[in-house]
Amino acid sequence: MALLRGRGYASVNYPTGMNLGGDPSQALIHATTTGTFVISLSSVDLGQGIKTIAAQCAAETLGLPIANVLVDTADTDTGPHCMGTFASRGTHRVGNAVIMAAAEARGVMLEVAAEELEVDAADLETDGTGFIRLKGAEEKRIHITDLALAAHFKHGRTISGRGIYLKEPSAPVPETGEMDPDSCQAHACTAAVVEVDDETGVVEVLELYNAYEIGRALNPAMATQQVEGGAWMGVSHALFETTEPYYPSREHGPRDFAGYLMPGPADIPVQHSLFLERPAGNGPYGAKGIGEMTANAPIPAIANAIFDACGVRLESMPFTPERVLRGLDALRLKVEEPC
Amino acid sequence: MPSQIVSLVVNGERREFIAVPGATLLASLRESLGLTAAKRGCAQGACGTCTVLVDGRPEVACLVAVETVAGREVRTLEGVAAGGELDEVQSAFVDCFATQCGFCTAGMIMVAEALLERDPDPSEEDVVEAISGNVCRCTGYRPIVIAILEAARRRRAKSPQEEAVAR
Ligand code: FES
Ligand code: FES
Repeated sequence: MALLRGRGYASVNYPTGMNLGGDPSQALIHATTTGTFVISLSSVDLGQGIKTIAAQCAAETLGLPIANVLVDTADTDTGPHCMGTFASRGTHRVGNAVIMAAAEARGVMLEVAAEELEVDAADLETDGTGFIRLKGAEEKRIHITDLALAAHFKHGRTISGRGIYLKEPSAPVPETGEMDPDSCQAHACTAAVVEVDDETGVVEVLELYNAYEIGRALNPAMATQQVEGGAWMGVSHALFETTEPYYPSREHGPRDFAGYLMPGPADIPVQHSLFLERPAGNGPYGAKGIGEMTANAPIPAIANAIFDACGVRLESMPFTPERVLRGLDALRLKVEEPC
Repeated sequence: MPSQIVSLVVNGERREFIAVPGATLLASLRESLGLTAAKRGCAQGACGTCTVLVDGRPEVACLVAVETVAGREVRTLEGVAAGGELDEVQSAFVDCFATQCGFCTAGMIMVAEALLERDPDPSEEDVVEAISGNVCRCTGYRPIVIAILEAARRRRAKSPQEEAVAR
């Protein structure tokens, strides 16, 4: 009886967005009296970080500090339209819509600044700290707070912008089935190192190596978090989760957190993650979607690693001790047969 | 059984309210006192999102009948940020990206506060054990473990000077 170590890998291509019926998202942006740019969205942040990404895209486009951006996702009834945060589309669709809205608002901002400073708008630039200044004459500048006040109370201007990203509907060509369902594809590969106890059938995932090509990682720390949190879910699908262990019988079916096991803090592998950045031509600052794909590659990688460790080829999840032991028994029978 | 008036010391302040029979500490905090940081995940003691400190010890507030803790000290996440400033645990959670949806965060921070109170220099295993009753479905736990270890470091680095100032 032994602890058998094995390695396996698996790769995934994953589409960003889904546009069978067209796939739009909108963003509206406006400056308050004191120069905070409010982005109105109907896209909901449930932890994936769309508010942070939207704020980053707006700050970058406006040329202002991120502290000058406020993201308001308060109400999907009254906000601009969003198809939803699914299909790994949020960063791509919403990011593009925000950039478009912020670019329009930036145009107005520079026009008003040009009036205030009595110069040509084309000669102005943002310095990234909150000032709009004359290129080459840096003392001629105005802070966004003063500018927004002047826009409201002196010039009667609204510093605002509208943005939408629409991927047009694509129906399959009946003869060939050909279609254009997504906007870009992200790619990933995970290698898993596992240990299989051939006495108990318990599989432990020791390490995961994750390599992701996701266009540009707009926020590398959050992207890493997404990869590793998603890989944790992959491990959970691979080794733990099932609602009907003896389908169709409900026997031993879990009914609550205590029975529906997922890996706890002591069950997690060491993870090593890196990004290959190849900006996507149609992505916001080159980003592709990374949402759903992160749980995918670890599962087949773990199955392959189990095969490498002990020769058992498992085809149904989860890879429970019972399935591993049955697989090992079947292998032993096979070996014994010829004699 | 009639409703009764229960008094607790919540985040250092005495609070009195009417509790219906069978009211849990969690329901009282959230509904009677408007303190909604502690979350109701499972209502059966299995997820830890409702964790608060009772006399400094982490308790799952969904399983505590409120009258059984009458008069005791209850600390919730709302009482952690001193003067509106994040404490070491909270700021380490922010800096280490230890939160995604945030549903588990209040409970995680409260068990971390209790851990660091009794052991300012916990090992990684101690941290894992401390949070093992708390479920997180987003982060994969690793960033949370790192954040708590970082918070311990920050608190240890801070305390000698603070003591000096106090003296
Ligand atoms: S709500 Fe109390 S432990 Fe889940
Ligand atoms: S951050 Fe979502 S449950 Fe922990």
